[in-house]
Amino acid sequence: MPLDFNQNHFQLFGLPVRFVLDAGQLDEAYRGLQAKIHPDRFAHAGEAEKRLSMQWATRANEAYETLRSPFERARYLLWLQGVDAMDPKNTAMPADFIMQQMAWREALADTNRNRDAPALDRLEQELRGQSKAYQADLARLIDDARDYPRAAETLRKLRFMDKLLEEVDSAYAALD
Amino acid sequence: MALLQIAEPGMSTAPHQHRLAVGIDLGTTNSLVASVRNAVAVVLNDARGHGLLPSVVRYHEDGSTSVGQAAQARAADDPRNTILSVKRFMGRGIKDIPDATTLPYQFVDAPGMVQIKTVAGVKSPVEVSAEILKATRARAEAALGGELVGAVITVPAYFDDAQRQATKDAAKLAGLNVLRLLNEPTAAAIAYGLDNAAEGIYAVYDLGGGTFDISILKLSKGVFEVLATNGDSALGGDDFDRRIYCWVLDQAKIHTLADRDKALLLSHARAAKENLTDHDETVITVVLSTGEVINLRLSEAEFNAMTASLVNKTLTTTRKALRDAGLRPEEVKGVVMVGGATRMPRIQAAVGEFFGQAPLTNLDPDKVVVLGAAMQANVLAGNKSGGDWLLLDVVPLSLGLETMGGLTEKIIPRNATIPTARAQEFTTFKDGQTAMSIHVVQGERDLVVDCRSLARFELRGIPPMVAGAARIRVTFQVDADGLLSVTARETGTGIEAHIAVKPSYGLTDDEVASMLQDSYVHAQDDMVARNLAEARVDGQRLLEATQAALAENGQALLNSTELAQIETLMANLRMALRGTESTAVKQASEALNQGTTEFAARRMDLSVRKALTGHRLDELEI
Repeated sequence: MPLDFNQNHFQLFGLPVRFVLDAGQLDEAYRGLQAKIHPDRFAHAGEAEKRLSMQWATRANEAYETLRSPFERARYLLWLQGVDAMDPKNTAMPADFIMQQMAWREALADTNRNRDAPALDRLEQELRGQSKAYQADLARLIDDARDYPRAAETLRKLRFMDKLLEEVDSAYAALD
Repeated sequence: MALLQIAEPGMSTAPHQHRLAVGIDLGTTNSLVASVRNAVAVVLNDARGHGLLPSVVRYHEDGSTSVGQAAQARAADDPRNTILSVKRFMGRGIKDIPDATTLPYQFVDAPGMVQIKTVAGVKSPVEVSAEILKATRARAEAALGGELVGAVITVPAYFDDAQRQATKDAAKLAGLNVLRLLNEPTAAAIAYGLDNAAEGIYAVYDLGGGTFDISILKLSKGVFEVLATNGDSALGGDDFDRRIYCWVLDQAKIHTLADRDKALLLSHARAAKENLTDHDETVITVVLSTGEVINLRLSEAEFNAMTASLVNKTLTTTRKALRDAGLRPEEVKGVVMVGGATRMPRIQAAVGEFFGQAPLTNLDPDKVVVLGAAMQANVLAGNKSGGDWLLLDVVPLSLGLETMGGLTEKIIPRNATIPTARAQEFTTFKDGQTAMSIHVVQGERDLVVDCRSLARFELRGIPPMVAGAARIRVTFQVDADGLLSVTARETGTGIEAHIAVKPSYGLTDDEVASMLQDSYVHAQDDMVARNLAEARVDGQRLLEATQAALAENGQALLNSTELAQIETLMANLRMALRGTESTAVKQASEALNQGTTEFAARRMDLSVRKALTGHRLDELEI
């Protein structure tokens, strides 16, 4: 079996196993790998090589997509540590966090109702700011403190932010 | 004195012999074929010097066909048997064709894809498209003087799986080896980007005869990375013609038209649109078969007003693609215009206004796609090596499954880079349930009824267990052509059931084989000869690929026993190639394929390690 699934996504690209990541280095490693293994390189090769090339390119895309997204990267790092951060049994969130989420959702509903584009922009900035703060927390908790349970909680918060930002996207779409 | 090389039969005369490969733009209105000759991509013309081949097929009573100009010239006389814009029907059911009643064809509703009744029998859009592709193939073989190794066929980026599968089936039916299905805007980006040494974010706005695509690409150091794509596979220049057509009917207060007159009026509507590209006003004069004369004056302003909603639709779609890419219009460095319909002044103005810059029109919008496809075909055929560009393209529409309550569960999101695979686990909802039906859909909507149904299949033989105990893993794989295959297996007990599906709109290999057989039904010898020729081309290609692989690193990766085994298999294939038995050639090819699987795996491993370390081959320890 040529595909080495023991190799984790970081090793596949020759990167250190950590949350803080050099995006330029990741892009370069990904492109370098695809340049060698992409199915376009094997379009005139035999069936066996074509099949393997598709499997490798698929693997490279999966690894790249995981590492590129801060949420997926953190989730994957925790998974490597045996922590399932998105375990459906872990649904309890702190009360103040829930309150804040509700306030943002109300603000979003208001901008939708009033078709208020500037207010939507301001809300988006605020949400992105909070996401960045959680990402900084993740870097500290995973790379330095190695406090995986707390990192998992922060990751769940980040998931809420991502969901909100998706709804902001739909709100922009509705404005068109 | 120069010595002539004597080649063993079945071996290529030179290792770097130029392989004949073409790019084909199978368009709604016109098709083109191009090839790289002397390092330059050129459109291949017919004997009369025409580059554009009208995508028109006319069926005759004796079963023969005419394609292109000859067919188009008779469209008004024989509208029922002269099929125009067949691309609009590819992978589509009758309910997907809103204007079916205004078209002169006799549609037959068939499962999966609509069919058309002609004087030569019922034809599927796949068969009609195959006729067009056969004509491009014949043109290419005449121009290049030999059998083609393969072709890159372009498709709208927004084509769904059913439309892509139908296109690939048509190519197979035309006897073409499909090197790749390539998205039209991506093909245009290759032609444009390489010509202009472009770097940065580019938008490709592609309004063809019947389809609209917008792709946002990042070009850097020879990598063409599609960030997002969007579009409408039922919006194009034809719609602008139809607006004029309806306007004429309205102005002339005509309610019903003979089929012949429909075709006639449509061609006048198209001519009026094209005339407005260079004039502020045009006159439409049509003499109907009833003797009635239509004479109307159409101004550019009136035309712009009646088509404003079409233009706006393209801009809304463009905005969505930009949002998916996470970019604002001002971050786009250049906008490439593709497709004949972008010649309309109103389109250029609207796109320019949207992006805040004049769009790029320095390449012929009719030819840029086929030229890019030819460049890619040249690379894929293996004519170029080292310093090649790399294309990273995406899935245009999310792929998912139907879950409880008629809802869609997305498995692969739109704009995922291909090839890609995702798996999801499902379970049984009833005690003792031994089968599970799986419904594969494509689209962005939450409800299954609003998405396109691609395939339904059943996974049987699940061991009876309590509800929720079985683990059914469904895997979606999208290959480099953007085509989906789905497998499902029960993993809970270690007993596995496994099924691979092909979307129901596509044809099975048996169906393609039987259609090929049908088309040769009067010429049995032809079919035998064709089979042998195809087997030989495939076998030859495999031999060359193996030869090249051995030369590159056979010594390094194989021990002498393994090397001898492969050489024996190659000798067997060479022997078979000298004979006239297509089955013998196929068997020997298959044996060589099997026998080189392990070698291929080692080569791939080596490529991966090279990519990671950046070392040369001879520096690596094997």
